[in-house]
Amino acid sequence: MKAHATDYRQMLEAYSRARGDPAAFEDSRVAHLVVHQNRVIGAHLVPGLEVEPEETANGIDLRIRVLPGVKIEHPVHLCFGVLPAEGEQVINISGEVAENAGVNLLAHCIFPNAVKVEHRMKARIAIGRNAFYGYDEVHYHGETGGVRVIPHARITLDEGARLRTSFQLTDGRVGELDIDYEVEAAGGSVVEMLARVYGYGSDSIRIREKCLLKGEDARGVIKSRVAVTGEAHSEVFSEMEASGRRSRGHVDCIEIVQDRASARAVPVVNVLDHTAKVTHEAAIGSVDSKQLETLMARGLSQEQAVDVIIRGMLTPE
Amino acid sequence: MGESHINDCQDAKTEITIYGKKNLTPSGYGSNNGLTVTGHGSTDHIRSGKMLIVDGINLKKGGKQIINDVSFHVDDGEIFGILGANGAGKSSLAFTIMGSPDYQPDRGVISFDGVDITRMPMDERARLGITLAWQEPARFEGIPVPDFVLLGSGTSRNDANDTGGHSATTPVVGAPDAGGPNAAVRDAGGHDAGLADKCLEQLRLTPSEYSHRMVDRTLSGGERKKVELASVLAMRPRLAILDEPDSGIDMISQDAVISMIYEIRDYGGSVILITHEEEVVKIADRAALMCSGLAFKTGGTQEIVDYYRGRCAPCISKSYPSLEDKK
Repeated sequence: MKAHATDYRQMLEAYSRARGDPAAFEDSRVAHLVVHQNRVIGAHLVPGLEVEPEETANGIDLRIRVLPGVKIEHPVHLCFGVLPAEGEQVINISGEVAENAGVNLLAHCIFPNAVKVEHRMKARIAIGRNAFYGYDEVHYHGETGGVRVIPHARITLDEGARLRTSFQLTDGRVGELDIDYEVEAAGGSVVEMLARVYGYGSDSIRIREKCLLKGEDARGVIKSRVAVTGEAHSEVFSEMEASGRRSRGHVDCIEIVQDRASARAVPVVNVLDHTAKVTHEAAIGSVDSKQLETLMARGLSQEQAVDVIIRGMLTPE
Repeated sequence: MGESHINDCQDAKTEITIYGKKNLTPSGYGSNNGLTVTGHGSTDHIRSGKMLIVDGINLKKGGKQIINDVSFHVDDGEIFGILGANGAGKSSLAFTIMGSPDYQPDRGVISFDGVDITRMPMDERARLGITLAWQEPARFEGIPVPDFVLLGSGTSRNDANDTGGHSATTPVVGAPDAGGPNAAVRDAGGHDAGLADKCLEQLRLTPSEYSHRMVDRTLSGGERKKVELASVLAMRPRLAILDEPDSGIDMISQDAVISMIYEIRDYGGSVILITHEEEVVKIADRAALMCSGLAFKTGGTQEIVDYYRGRCAPCISKSYPSLEDKK
């Protein structure tokens, strides 16, 4: 117990340094879950939210359910982390947001001292009819780059459901990132997926996001904002497939490349119904010269101007 | 199209002879002395010093002559208009004066306060107090409007009547200790937030409606333009180059743009006002007429407008088939 208490305190300290609000963990109205390595070291639930954690030989299984018609008022705070220099965290999430329910999850993933740490997450989420699921994941890494982050998710939306995800890794070295999200959207549902990542040193970034607009009038947006510098490399695969009648999708990818870094973007657009429409835009390269010159004409040096543009692009909306 | 204008224009040829000569000394600009100012009345605000001297500037891009031996000067506290049709080279001249890397002149000298700035990087020019408002301003994701407005505040070395408005120690956004795009307002506190509000109000933008909006595609073209001009005003530049500040802005807000120009002049700054609108250029003290990369006529504003109306406009219209011709 004493070890858990120490871990819990250290996790909250790290959470605070990662710009999380530790007061949320003291607020009885706010549900939370704190997982250090493969152990749950803190949890608080609110009515309508069910969380069943099970520690297994290979990691931790989490079953999360929001009961029908329940809208969780405050974002559920999740804190995942590995504090030692070496370690592993494997989280398997099975989630359901029942019909007409709604929840926002705010996940902070903290690896401040990582030299050889692997964080692996597999999630299967079902969002019921007219339900809402928001998932914001913010990472805080140290400066060593010794982290492998591998979040994979399969998400289905029932009719009229809404999904909004954001992934942010702009503090500390990325290390190795391999995002793989796939979403299936039924009639009238809405999907928004956003990733913002800043890689430097020898960081490696791979983002694969796929959205299948299967139902009538389904809507989807995949947006990626990546900046790489030093010798970092990024690859962004964004796939939008529209087979539902009158479905609409948009893919929007910007990657800024500096120094010896490299980037690749592969937008894939499939339209399988003549009433559907998908648009895409992608820009890869150095900072836009007009943006740069606008800031330099205000007296910022080139280095300062590039920094402002990149930070702006990576700032959460 | 442009070439044919100039070739048909005898007056232009005469003026080219004057302005095209090499090694033009500052005294060579004496042809502008004693001009009748037709802009806004008194010329008392114009000080005797030549703040900017553009001397025989040439610019080629892709083998094409974009600017051809352009020479003029701008006095302290002067509004100097540059009038010309689309494609005359006005914007290229603006970029050249600002020091854009893609618009480096292959001949000629630009001096500011007696310092040769021809090869000076644009950020250093900005720190001397020169700035530029683009005809079509860039958009920026994730930068709130007030932060954008304050980006240049504190960078301009405006010595003339610098009685306040903002602090010269205002942190520059993006500086190593600034901590990101939101830092200007956050670090500078209410004083600078007040400056941003004041500048937005001057351009008829309600600050509370823009405090959390970004300088991105969610702003209309007109809003973006006014935000750009507000950022120029916040910088308190010594020389503001305004590239068609009236374009894309509603009629009511055009008054605000004009009053902004007067405000710069009133604290002792100067303005290069680039436009193709005769009515707009009339607020200038003097003006130059540009065609095909040549500033072929410089003089009092009314004189330039009269010439443009009487000689240039018919010449330009000849180059375009009328609806009747098309029928």
